[in-house]
Amino acid sequence: MSPTDAGTGKVLEVSELSIDFVTDSGAVPAVKGVDFSVKAGEILAIVGESGSGKSVTARTALGIMAENGAARGAVYLQGQNMLTASGAQLRAARGRDVSMVFQEPSTALNPVYTVGWQIMEGIRAHTRMSKKEARSRVIEAMGQVGIPDPERRVDYYPHQFSGGQKQRVVIAAALAMKPSLIVADEPTTALDVTVQAEILALLREVRDELGTAIVIITHNMGVVADIADRVIVMNKGLVVEQAAATTLFENPGQDYTRSLLAAVPHLGRNSASEGLTERPHAQSKVLVEAKDLYIHYPGRLGAPGFTAVDEVSFRIHAGEVYGLVGESGSGKTTIGRTIAGLNRMTAGSLQVLGYEMAEFKERSFKPLRQDIGFVFQDPAASFNPQLTIGECVAEPLNVHRELTPRATRDKVAALLESVQLPSSYAGRYPHELSGGQRQRASLARALALDPKLLIADEPTSALDVSVQAKVLELFKQLQQEHGFAALFISHDLAVVDMLASWVGVLLRGKLVEEGLGSAVLSAPKNPYTQRLIASLPVPDPREQAKRRALIEELNRNS
Amino acid sequence: MVATTPVSEAKIGAPWWLRLPVVSHLRMSSGLQRGMLIAGLALTALLLLTALFAPLIAPFDFAQNADATGAFPRQSAPDDKFIWGTTVSGYDVFSRTMYGARTAVWVIVAAVLMSIFLGVFLGLVSGYLGGWFDRVMVVLNDAIYAFPSLLLAIVMSIVISQGQSSLFGGIMAAAISITVVFIPQYYRVVRAEVIRLKAEPFVESAQVIGASGWRVMFTHLLRNATRTLPLIFTLNASEALLTLAGLGFLGFGIEPTAASEWGFDLNRAMSDATSGIWWTGLFPGLAIVMTVLGLTLVGESMNDLNDPRLRRISRRKAKRMIQMGTKA
Repeated sequence: MSPTDAGTGKVLEVSELSIDFVTDSGAVPAVKGVDFSVKAGEILAIVGESGSGKSVTARTALGIMAENGAARGAVYLQGQNMLTASGAQLRAARGRDVSMVFQEPSTALNPVYTVGWQIMEGIRAHTRMSKKEARSRVIEAMGQVGIPDPERRVDYYPHQFSGGQKQRVVIAAALAMKPSLIVADEPTTALDVTVQAEILALLREVRDELGTAIVIITHNMGVVADIADRVIVMNKGLVVEQAAATTLFENPGQDYTRSLLAAVPHLGRNSASEGLTERPHAQSKVLVEAKDLYIHYPGRLGAPGFTAVDEVSFRIHAGEVYGLVGESGSGKTTIGRTIAGLNRMTAGSLQVLGYEMAEFKERSFKPLRQDIGFVFQDPAASFNPQLTIGECVAEPLNVHRELTPRATRDKVAALLESVQLPSSYAGRYPHELSGGQRQRASLARALALDPKLLIADEPTSALDVSVQAKVLELFKQLQQEHGFAALFISHDLAVVDMLASWVGVLLRGKLVEEGLGSAVLSAPKNPYTQRLIASLPVPDPREQAKRRALIEELNRNS
Repeated sequence: MVATTPVSEAKIGAPWWLRLPVVSHLRMSSGLQRGMLIAGLALTALLLLTALFAPLIAPFDFAQNADATGAFPRQSAPDDKFIWGTTVSGYDVFSRTMYGARTAVWVIVAAVLMSIFLGVFLGLVSGYLGGWFDRVMVVLNDAIYAFPSLLLAIVMSIVISQGQSSLFGGIMAAAISITVVFIPQYYRVVRAEVIRLKAEPFVESAQVIGASGWRVMFTHLLRNATRTLPLIFTLNASEALLTLAGLGFLGFGIEPTAASEWGFDLNRAMSDATSGIWWTGLFPGLAIVMTVLGLTLVGESMNDLNDPRLRRISRRKAKRMIQMGTKA
C-alpha cells in the first residue's frame, strides 16, 4: 500500500493497460493502453459499443481475466496491483475492497440456495463471525437495498423474487462487506425500463450513503446521463474521450462521441406521426384484425396456466406501421408469433389477410405465408449457420416460386442491393457478416416475395446504437418504397415512435392504450404508460434530472 | 453466439481439405492435446495400413497350418519362421493377428455405417415431428438400452446367422448385432440436438416462409444436428471392436477358417495361458488394446478440441501468437 494513493482518494488506478486474447486465428488485441482512475464516492461510466473492450477493462479491477487473455500495464486497487496479485491476495480483495454486479440477475444467483445464504457466503469468507451475526448483517444489507420485509425474505430462494428484486439481492451481496468499489457490468440491460429506473436510483443512493465508488459499464447513453459523474468513451480498445457527464453530453470533444450520441434514438425527435392529427391509412383495407384475442398457455400438472394475451382488439391497415410496445412478459411477441402462425390462439378472433387463425391448419395457411415476412430479434440465430447468405435469402423463392437458378441468383443480388449490401455477400456465411449486416440480410429475406405484411420482432434490440440507427433508417426507407404494412414490436418507446404512426401499449397481456405515436408518447393517458415513458432515460443529464423528479412523484402517487 | 457458429473464423480462408474434421482438429491443437491426437491418429493409421496390406505383411494365410515343408508345429514358441509363435491348431499367430485387422475394420465400418444412417434418420424424424411416433421411438430405444449390450448382440447373432458363419455372414452378423445396440446412441444424440434446434430462430424463420417439414429437416436440421457425430463415430468404433471381440471370445464370432478374429483367438488362448504359453493370447490382446486406444484417443481429443472451453493453447504457442500480433 503506497500512502500517496490513500492521500489522493483514488480507489482504482489503471495505467497503460493492454490486453490481448489468444484465439485460433492469432492474438487479438482487446485493450490498447488504457489509463484512468476512479475517486472515492464517484460514479464512473464506461460506455462503448460491443467489442470496445469496456467489460474486460473493468473486470481487471477484480483480477478477473479469461484464461486465454494476457494483460500488460498495471491496475492498482487501493494501492495493490491486481494484475500481479496472487490467488490468495485476489480472494482477500474481492468482496472486501471490490465487488461486482452482473448483467443477468437470474443467472448470477444460484437457484438451489436461499438468497440469505448467498449473501452470507461473501461475509463469512472474509470475517470470522457467528451465523447469527452474519444473518443480521444480511438482513441489514437486504433492507438497505430496499427489499421489503427482509427478516422473512432472507430465507427465500431466488425464484421467489422478481427480476428487479433479484438485482437488488445481487447488489446487497456486493455491498455486504462495504467495499470501496463496485463494478457493475450492464446492471440494467436485462431489466425493463421501469425496473431499470429503480435500480439506478438504488445505485445512486448507495453512493450517497456509503460513499462507494461505482464503475458502471453500459452501452445505453440514457443510463449514463442518468447516473454518471464522469464518463469514459471506449472504441476498439482505446479511450476516445474522458469527461464529466454534463460536458460530454453538451459539448462532446471527439467525432466518435458525437456520432454515438447522434445515433441514440431520442423520445419525441423524428416521430413518424409528427404533425398528424388522425390515423393515416384508416381508409385502407384491413389486413389484420384481432377481436378479443385471448392466448393462454396451459400449466403443467394442475398448476395454473399463464394468460399471455388477454382480450386484445386491434387492426392493422394496409400500408401502415403499427408499433406494439410493452415490457417483458406483456405478450407483444406472442401476438406477433400468432399472426405469423408460429403460436396457436386460444379464443376470440384473429383475421390475418382474411384467414381466421382460430381455425388454423398449416396446409390451408401455407399459400398465405408468401404475403407475410418475419424479421427476428437475434440476427445471429435467425440464419442457418451452414448455408450461405445467398441460399438463406433465396429460400422463400425456392419454396414459393419456381425460378431457374439463374433467375434466383439475379433476384437475390437485387434484394441484397436493395438493403444496401454488396451482391458479392451472397457467397458468404452468416457468421462472416456483422450484426447489422445480418439484420439487413434478414430484411432482404423477409421482403423476397414482396409481402403485404411484415412482422418485425425487436429487430434492432440486439444491435449497437450506431448500427441500430442505420437499420431503422433502412427499414423506414424500404417501407416507404414497398408500401407494406408492418407490425413493429419493441420494448423501446423511442424506436417505435421513429417508425410507427399508430402505437399500442401492452401491459400483462392487455392493451392499455392505443393512439397516434406522438399523442401517446407526449401526453399518455394511462398511468402505466405515463410511468413507462417517465422511466425511459434520455441522453441528456439536465433533462434526465427533471424526468427523475417526475418518476419519483409518479411513484409517490401510485 | 459461439454455439451457433460452428465453423470458426480461422478456418474460412483455408482450402477445403484443411477444413475436414480430423485435419482441422490437428491444426488447432497444441501441446499435450496435440500429442494425444497424433498418438491416436498414428495407432489408427497403423490399423488401417495393416488391414489394407495384410496379405503383403503376413508370411502365411490366416487359415494356413501347413506349407510345402509339411504341417506347422503346434504351440511352438516364437522363432525365426514363426516370429510370434503358433497356436494350438498350428496357425501362425503373426499372420492371424495381421489378418484380424481386416475383420476388425470391416465390422467397424459396416456396423457404424448402418447404425449411423438408421439412427440419424430416426432421430431426425422423431425429434422434429414429435407426437406419438416420437414417444413410441423413445420407449423402444430405452428398451434396447435396458438390455446388456453383449447379451443383445448374442441374441442378434443367433437370430441372424443361426450359428453358421461364412466370412460375409459372420461379419454381417457381428455388424448387425452391433448396429442394433448402437442405433439408440445416434438416435438419442440427434433427437436431443433436433429438439434443441427446433426452437432456434433459423428453423422458425424457415417455417414462417412456408418450407415443408422435409425441407426443414434435411436442409436446416440435418447438417446442424450432426456436428457431434464424428466424435461418437470414433468412440463407437472402438466400442464396436470390443463388442466384436466379446462375441468372438464367447464363441459367437466367425469360424477360424472363414476369417481371422482377435476375440476368437483370445478365447482359444485361454487354456494356453495356464500352461505358460503366453504368445497365443498376448498378441491378439495387444492388437485389441492398441486399436481401442487409438480410436479412443482420436475421439477424446476431438471432443476436447471441439469445445473452446476445453481446448488448451500451450504456453509456447500463446507467446508466439502474441508476439506475432504485436509486430503486425
